[in-house]
Amino acid sequence: MTDLLEFKNVTKIYSRGLLSKTSTTALSNISLKLDDEKPTIVTVAGESGSGKTTLAMLLLGFITPTSGQILYKGQDISKLRGSDRMVFRREVQAVFQDPFAVFNPFYTVDHLLTVPIKRFKLAKSKREARAIMYEALNAVGLAPEDVLGRYPHQISGGQRQRINVARALVLKPKLLVADEPVSMVDASLRASILETLRGLQRNYGVSIIYITHDLTTAYHIAKSIIVLYRGEVMEAGDVDTIINNPKHPYTRLLIDSIPWPDINRHWGETEIKAKESELTAQNSGCKFAPRCPFSFWPCFQTTPLFRLNEHQAASCFLYEEHPRLEAERLTELLPV
Amino acid sequence: MNRTMEPVLKVIDLQVSYYTDLGRAIALAGATLSLNAEEKLGLVGESGSGKSTMALAMMRMIKPPGRVERGQVIVDGTDLRTLSDEEMLRARLSKIAYIPQGAMNSLNPVTRIGAQMMDAIKAHDPKARKSEILERCMQALESVDLKRPVFRMYAHELSGGMKQRVCIAISILLKQKVIICDEPTSALDVVTQRQVMETIDRVQKEIGAAVILIGHDMGLMAQFVDKVAVLYAGRLMEVSTVREMFTNPKHPYAKALINSLPSLDNKGVFQGIPGLAPSILRLPSGCAFHPRCSRAIEVCTTEIPELGTLVDGRSVACHLFSDNA
Repeated sequence: MTDLLEFKNVTKIYSRGLLSKTSTTALSNISLKLDDEKPTIVTVAGESGSGKTTLAMLLLGFITPTSGQILYKGQDISKLRGSDRMVFRREVQAVFQDPFAVFNPFYTVDHLLTVPIKRFKLAKSKREARAIMYEALNAVGLAPEDVLGRYPHQISGGQRQRINVARALVLKPKLLVADEPVSMVDASLRASILETLRGLQRNYGVSIIYITHDLTTAYHIAKSIIVLYRGEVMEAGDVDTIINNPKHPYTRLLIDSIPWPDINRHWGETEIKAKESELTAQNSGCKFAPRCPFSFWPCFQTTPLFRLNEHQAASCFLYEEHPRLEAERLTELLPV
Repeated sequence: MNRTMEPVLKVIDLQVSYYTDLGRAIALAGATLSLNAEEKLGLVGESGSGKSTMALAMMRMIKPPGRVERGQVIVDGTDLRTLSDEEMLRARLSKIAYIPQGAMNSLNPVTRIGAQMMDAIKAHDPKARKSEILERCMQALESVDLKRPVFRMYAHELSGGMKQRVCIAISILLKQKVIICDEPTSALDVVTQRQVMETIDRVQKEIGAAVILIGHDMGLMAQFVDKVAVLYAGRLMEVSTVREMFTNPKHPYAKALINSLPSLDNKGVFQGIPGLAPSILRLPSGCAFHPRCSRAIEVCTTEIPELGTLVDGRSVACHLFSDNA
């Protein structure tokens, strides 16, 4: 069995400058495996500052972990060279959150789509390249004549984001990192983008790491979920179990803050205990403890994961009676 | 309350066009709305449907090649379109405030938050004493749940949600009658979003302003507003109370929009709206929605439906309901 991707106890610490001693732990001791044979969709959820994007950056090889290893098909991605590196670059694709920031305003939209086709020599002729572009654009619900030849400022945010998904599609990737792909897209178009992503997983065998703060879309698209808070895993497991029956107080707060499109269901039953401005920067124990309405003394020491059932684990002392789970074995909980 | 229920905001037949190289695009076609004090209206639509154009037109901030062609925007009895440029400058922020999309990125990075807040008051009230200005700023900060030290901070020291709340604090400094929020939480995560929306809700009640919330998140609308107006390709399709909109949407587009929402009950079902939103440069004939509409009839392809009022006070622009008007 080969693993498509493996995170081995990855930790990323950002230190501020040469002289300053303060540092931020963006991600601490994360282990995760994705199977090559069974493509799946894993959601990584959390608020801003939870380390979601750091995880994406590490995975794409833009930054290197402070400790631990990231393996792609058994090879450390920071040591990939030459053709292996090209393969990695082609097979691991990303869709980023902000559709406004990724376009070069000097080039037309075509540029973004033709460059990867040229770089990776995907087409033999211009006509073939055009056909690939058209197919990708149609797949994301854009009319090619509406967007090709236009400059980024002439098209809307939703269209830009779909062009980004189309760009990734062009390369037929093995692994797609989707960092908040729909947070800046119209609700009515979200459905089609999510459907496209799921079609990728089903029909092309692409594994997707779906990074989001929006648990409703996560619920619809993913099989499993990992909830992060300030770089630590709060809760992980099967997406149905966690959304319908969240155990960790942080997950409960997240789920309670979803604005449900249902006038009979009001948000805000769980109180937000501390405002973000009042937070103390660091503590050694559970990172959520200062904001947690249930926090008690053990919370200020290192909190392990407790295995609640076959497909759910939470890092919270409220569930102390359950067996502990080592961080490395987290993947066993995630259904594919 | 024995206040006369004269609407605090009336938009009458507002029309905006952009003159591009490819021809004239009508971004907003004769929109009519009214809003009472303390009422919250949600303006929803897909991107390019004219939501932001409508907000900008109300603020008189449409720039060439765009042009406001006709219509009135009456705030508190004054038609903003008849004001001189000088008067309009005064009206902005004092009568009507606008929190643009991504407002939190518009804070000046090199001056303190406090200086930016004081600027706003000084511009509108040059005679105000410094201590008084300071007091008003502090009150505004407190009403959005920020601590006083924020006054002396710089934008980069604050998180996204805090910056957004600073923008709300600035927008309520002059206790205006109408606040327009253009996607105030689109870049924020859910918990912060809830905090920001609860903040807007609270300050709106405090100063008794009418709020227009622009966005495409129907979930947020369900949680926050009293009335929903649905825009499609520059036209108002339906205006009704939030309860009616969610329990019994009339216009087929509104219905499709509600059905496209993910909920917990129908896992894995994505009901997008078939087809694409039309470009406003090449609008289909008749009702702009007819190519995507499952209930389109012949008249839909030729005649543009007027926004008509139904028996129960809702407005719908659809031929299916024109008999009831």
